[in-house]
Amino acid sequence: MSVDTVRTTQRRYRRGAGTRFGLWATRLGWRHVVMWVVAAFALFPVMFVVSAALNPLGTLSSSQLWPTGASLDNARDLFANTPFTTWYANSLFFALTNAAVTVLLSALAAYAFSRMRFTGRKVGLIGLLVIQMFPQFLAIVALYLMFTSISEYYPAIGFDTRWGLLLVYLGGALSINTWLMKGFFDTVPKELDESAQMDGATHAQVFFRIMLPLVTPVLAIVGLLVFISTINEFLLASVFLRDTEAKTLGLGLYQVVASSRNANFGMFSVGAIMLSLPTLIVFWFLQRFITEGLTSGAVKG
Amino acid sequence: MAASDSDNAGAPEGAPAPPLPGGRFARDGSMVGRIVKIGLLGLFTALGVWAVLPLYLGGNWLGIGLVVAVVGLVYYVYLSKRTVPAKYLVPGVLFLMVFQIFPVLYTMSTSVTNMSDGHRGSKEQAISAVESLSVTRTADSQEYDLTIATVGDPETGELAFLLTDDEGGAYVGDADGLSELSGATVEDSGKVTEAFGYTILTPAEVNERSGELAEFAVPTGSGAGIRSSGLSTAYEGRALRVYDESCDCVTDTETGEVYTADDERGAFYNDEGQRLPQGWQVNVGADNFARFLLDPTFAASFFSILLWNIVFAVAVTGLVFVVGLAVALTLHVPRMRGKVFYRVLVVLPYAMSSLAMYLLWRDMFNTDFGVINQILGLRIDWFGSVWGARVAVILANVWLGYPYMFLVATGALQAIPRELGHAAQIDGANPWQSFRHVTLPLLMVAMTPILVATFAFNFNNFNAVWLLTRGGPLFSDNSTAGATDLLITYTYRLAFNEATAQYGYAAALSVMIFLIVSVISVTSLWRSKALKEVA
Repeated sequence: MSVDTVRTTQRRYRRGAGTRFGLWATRLGWRHVVMWVVAAFALFPVMFVVSAALNPLGTLSSSQLWPTGASLDNARDLFANTPFTTWYANSLFFALTNAAVTVLLSALAAYAFSRMRFTGRKVGLIGLLVIQMFPQFLAIVALYLMFTSISEYYPAIGFDTRWGLLLVYLGGALSINTWLMKGFFDTVPKELDESAQMDGATHAQVFFRIMLPLVTPVLAIVGLLVFISTINEFLLASVFLRDTEAKTLGLGLYQVVASSRNANFGMFSVGAIMLSLPTLIVFWFLQRFITEGLTSGAVKG
Repeated sequence: MAASDSDNAGAPEGAPAPPLPGGRFARDGSMVGRIVKIGLLGLFTALGVWAVLPLYLGGNWLGIGLVVAVVGLVYYVYLSKRTVPAKYLVPGVLFLMVFQIFPVLYTMSTSVTNMSDGHRGSKEQAISAVESLSVTRTADSQEYDLTIATVGDPETGELAFLLTDDEGGAYVGDADGLSELSGATVEDSGKVTEAFGYTILTPAEVNERSGELAEFAVPTGSGAGIRSSGLSTAYEGRALRVYDESCDCVTDTETGEVYTADDERGAFYNDEGQRLPQGWQVNVGADNFARFLLDPTFAASFFSILLWNIVFAVAVTGLVFVVGLAVALTLHVPRMRGKVFYRVLVVLPYAMSSLAMYLLWRDMFNTDFGVINQILGLRIDWFGSVWGARVAVILANVWLGYPYMFLVATGALQAIPRELGHAAQIDGANPWQSFRHVTLPLLMVAMTPILVATFAFNFNNFNAVWLLTRGGPLFSDNSTAGATDLLITYTYRLAFNEATAQYGYAAALSVMIFLIVSVISVTSLWRSKALKEVA
């Protein structure tokens, strides 16, 4: 808030007529009312899932908006009756590895597009935009047929393996992420890397020791976006991972409520909170970058 | 440009080449850098060798050529001093080529074929399948001792029969035919216990694949084939259905029926129009597209899904924009207390896992126990009625989507100087006028590309519909299209959820979605001038 705006507001307060409360109500009070309504809308599904997770009966029919009791029975059931830890580990593996490798791959490419001039640069940049319009999952039929033969030759990266699905996810590494990063790289003054090169740094040293530390915010935000979209990815995972043991937590939860929705609702709620937990944590740590990163034009998955 | 300063690509021409004395970094890179480089290249070579082995066993020379070419390319790029941009682009581009561009091209080529469950392979494969599956035992049938094996993995590898005849000769039979088996260990009983390149299945593993085994036969040419009888014996018999090249037809020797090949539809048909189940893949040109656009029953469901798809994407994008912007404007005042607190609460839905939340919303809309009916005291069958399901889907997506718009709008609002609004007020504009004519136009500059991206994202938001309604409720007159189906969920159902998987149609649908989304996105981005910088 600038000093100027504070003064203007104060001046208007003095000039206005009516009681102090009337002024407050017309200027700020209604805003609080609106925010309470919005917050209630935002919160009630979250409250419901928390209360259902704690609900000792663990069924949908007995779940209320307010917790009616508190027990960890649902969590115990989830650990005992499903391969929860395996599913959770799979989800975290996909989200973390994909985020890390995607950030690295797209940062490498963004560096080349931002700092170097070469034939095919423009075509490459526009090509990335166009390819983006054909999201990977639209090619799901082709990917399925392709991996039917890959599974024959290389069972280690075929269906029901972590590596196979990870490879598919990495196919989308260069996409809008590269654009986002390139835009940020462009804002770093060229003089910095030029003077480093004058000091005898190689291009690799410029990239790893000068550029990367300067663009940490955009690396963080791209990492977050990829992390979120991978943890919520359902379509490709449901085609690639059919074994119960190979599933991700999302697929597993789908299965838990698909078979018997009412009875397993408590277990599902615990799982839903656990699935949201990593995102909430990462979100908390990255919040100062988030508005900036999102405004540069990315979409949550 | 001399080789020595090619590392300076990106720097202006004539950038100083010789390192200054006392410079911190050596020109050739550090020791660590070089070791890492050698290590990574070594790892990559090892991967190449690993990739070639199964291809060599399968005799896939094209595949081997590709692997060698890729390894060669990587060596060229990283050992040469001239290809600096490529050094940074190759890793990502390789993934992009193999797992994005190739599948897209493959989708396009699949979209003009009749590929589906009964039409997977070539005509030759279909003929040998027809013949060998109709093999029956005859009086002079040759008997074999049978061992069931696979090439590679026991669960997914191609099936093969390891056979020994009375004289002790060993053979291997697969879907392509019979050949001699050399270097195999044969027991006295006649069973093969080891063979190079083949994995012998345990009875349990055979049991796992019994379904495939029932459909497996080794063609031995001229209307004969080998089938198994039990787990340890096989016989060579005559095919009841024999293909005759002169008439391009299959004759059933038992019933005398003649099935003529129809090369346009990729199957054998008899006079009554009945077909043999084994068909082959043929090029059908634009037929798949034509069916969606012209065939009355399919066109009706296609266009109704397309219309709902557009309504859905527009409604969700519009609503999240309005709600998000309204919340951002409400909070966009100096002197508001508890801003941070409100912000955390309002953004919460964005930080929850959308996959889990969709499943949660599905249960909140439950007719009998759902919290929404409970709170409102209603008994609406949300997912059972067309408009109930549509309202529910939109509501859940607004809940998940508006915090994102709120964050973006907050960022965009902060970039607009407040003085502009004040100036408008001094000129006599009321708050609405100053918002409408000053703030909003400036806001839209930043927001339009994001609105387009959100629209494109929601247009194909598979999870948004599949996890809530699975596309349902299905229309009573059509078992494949549902009231909330998006094109992408419809595609998924055609390809993976039907009794027969219709890959060709599904691929054609994918191509059409691609065209629709790219036309809408490119034109609107063009009009917002966001693409100007690129083009």
